[in-house]
Amino acid sequence: MVDMSSFAEAGADLELVGIQKRFPGFTAIEHLDLKIPAGSFFALLGPSGCGKTTTLRLVAGLEDPSTGKILIGGRDVTALKPHKRPVNTVFQSYALFPHMSVLENVAFGLRRRRIGDPVAKAHEALRLVELDHVADRKPAQLSGGQQQRVALARAVVNRPALLLLDEPLGALDLKLRRQMQQELKQIQQEVGLTFLHVTHDQEEAMTMADTVAVMNKGRIEQMGAPEELYELPRTVFVANFLGQSNLFEVEVAGTTDQAVQTALANGARITVPRSRSERDSGQITVGVRPEKLRLHVQEPTADASINVIGPGRITDVSFIGVSTQYTVEVPGAGAVQVFAQNVEAGPAAHLGDQVWLSWLAEHTFGLADDRLETGALTADFSTQAIAAQAAFAGDGE
Amino acid sequence: MAFTAFSANAKVVEQAPKKRGWIALLLLAPGIAYMLLFFVAPFIQLAITSLQAPAEGGGIGQYVAALQFQNYWVALQEYWPHLVRSFVYAIIGTIVGLLISYPLAYLIGVRVRHRPMLQGILLILVIAPFFISFLLRTLAWKSILPDSFIGTDGSVIFGLVYNFIPFMVLPMFASLQALDLRLVEAGTDLYASPITVFRKVTLPLSMPGIVSGTLLSFIPMSGDYVNASREFLGGTGTAMIGNVIESNFLQTQNYPMAAALSILLMAIILIVVATYVRRSGAEDLL
Repeated sequence: MVDMSSFAEAGADLELVGIQKRFPGFTAIEHLDLKIPAGSFFALLGPSGCGKTTTLRLVAGLEDPSTGKILIGGRDVTALKPHKRPVNTVFQSYALFPHMSVLENVAFGLRRRRIGDPVAKAHEALRLVELDHVADRKPAQLSGGQQQRVALARAVVNRPALLLLDEPLGALDLKLRRQMQQELKQIQQEVGLTFLHVTHDQEEAMTMADTVAVMNKGRIEQMGAPEELYELPRTVFVANFLGQSNLFEVEVAGTTDQAVQTALANGARITVPRSRSERDSGQITVGVRPEKLRLHVQEPTADASINVIGPGRITDVSFIGVSTQYTVEVPGAGAVQVFAQNVEAGPAAHLGDQVWLSWLAEHTFGLADDRLETGALTADFSTQAIAAQAAFAGDGE
Repeated sequence: MAFTAFSANAKVVEQAPKKRGWIALLLLAPGIAYMLLFFVAPFIQLAITSLQAPAEGGGIGQYVAALQFQNYWVALQEYWPHLVRSFVYAIIGTIVGLLISYPLAYLIGVRVRHRPMLQGILLILVIAPFFISFLLRTLAWKSILPDSFIGTDGSVIFGLVYNFIPFMVLPMFASLQALDLRLVEAGTDLYASPITVFRKVTLPLSMPGIVSGTLLSFIPMSGDYVNASREFLGGTGTAMIGNVIESNFLQTQNYPMAAALSILLMAIILIVVATYVRRSGAEDLL
């Protein structure tokens, strides 16, 4: 550490260059290049076993990369031991020291760095998480939510250049989790630290982070602002993991400067804006989000800016409250999900109705890969395989 | 304003009041009966014996009931060097044993935790000596060790350490096996060097194992009479209080003396142990 005895002035940027991490028998991270700008709230999102926690542990120094470099604030820390890195972690298990009081837990890092007046600073951090009144208790005497906040205070009190969060909200119930998400975001903005948050909860990642990186099978599939990822997923995995998508396998029929014209196997035409399609020839997969679709009981009039498929039959209707979710079986396109806002009273369509579906062509996205290559089924399988191998290769330590 | 949502969760769970009643007494009855029969009664017998006086005109081993409290004074005057020697041996033996056992327990409980096969083999190696009588093993050491070493303070302490190491390793292993390694990681993440993590996290959390391990060996070590006897690893100048009690009971048949020494030994051990446990902050063990 450059200067271990003082607080970081501000968050530092984090750079991972050509990182690969192999354990005996499997590779947790295939290849990772990542740059997180100072002061941002960055989320690594992915299913369990995708390598996101390993990435976090590499940054914390709890694992060594097989190849590649880790830079924090421009300084190469790859060879630094964890206790010399300007990084703190909020662990998934909280990992509070059971033999110390809450106050001593929070003061632990300050004492190690010989920062002046650790007790006063620890009290201050506990006030930030509204737990100063339990400073003298042992962690075991606190509820899960309180322990979580102590873990947060214990990390934040050190004002690390980079704060790592390893699914810290996983053990909380939904209401506390929502509250905690807002508080975390607030703290991050107040203290201006760089946050790297690992989670498998897509909603959590989207609501909290400035930038989300979706990880799968040890690689980052796509990275960007939450809206960007949601509106324009580039791979089948992202389209399915982040929200839901209707995907269609189509054949490119022709291209213009503005659009890629495609056709389903049954001849129905689907137009994708050129800028929203990763590929423009041969067999490709295109998709649209379920809430962009509209139901029609009569065939809509043809319009170049609108994609229409149908007719299909409604095979399932579920009333969610704010919306109604329809499953429409469309010959040649398969089962299509439609989320309709409940603007009018009463259902817009009924089970068994014949309907057409339309959406604005500009909402269509064209993916870089195909359903069969990295679809949900394959992803699940590989997740299990990685988990099994991780258990087997536990001596990687 | 932060975290108001959690304030309602600040309640500490209260322990349910302990249930008392005839069922509890019934369940305790076998234990109480056992303690009365095999601890309280013999102890009272021992206390009575320790106050006996020699029978008038009686032969060796003939005593009558009395309240001869000076028996204790005589015992102390005559045998204090043996008492001191016993505790010096036991303390040195415990310290040496600790220095050997803790690293061994750490190896088995932490370092090879992710290799259950190796861990199992090492544990079996620790316990394996119990399959052979400790008398035989101690005799074996007598022929293994050089003759010039036998009968010294060193050989007796060696025997004590050797015989009681498993009693130290096992509780320490149990403590270290339960140590959450994520706490160690949290320590290093919070700027603690490996040595500091050991001092501040690993050591305090394995303290219950250290306290029970050292007690489980210190107590029998101080009363031991096998290792220090001349038939085993001891010599003329190594007799411990256990040897004295044994010879008073079985050879000179001075029962009051032997009983008084036994009670003295027990009292001193109680004081030492109570002080130690209080000092180490491990009252929960008692």
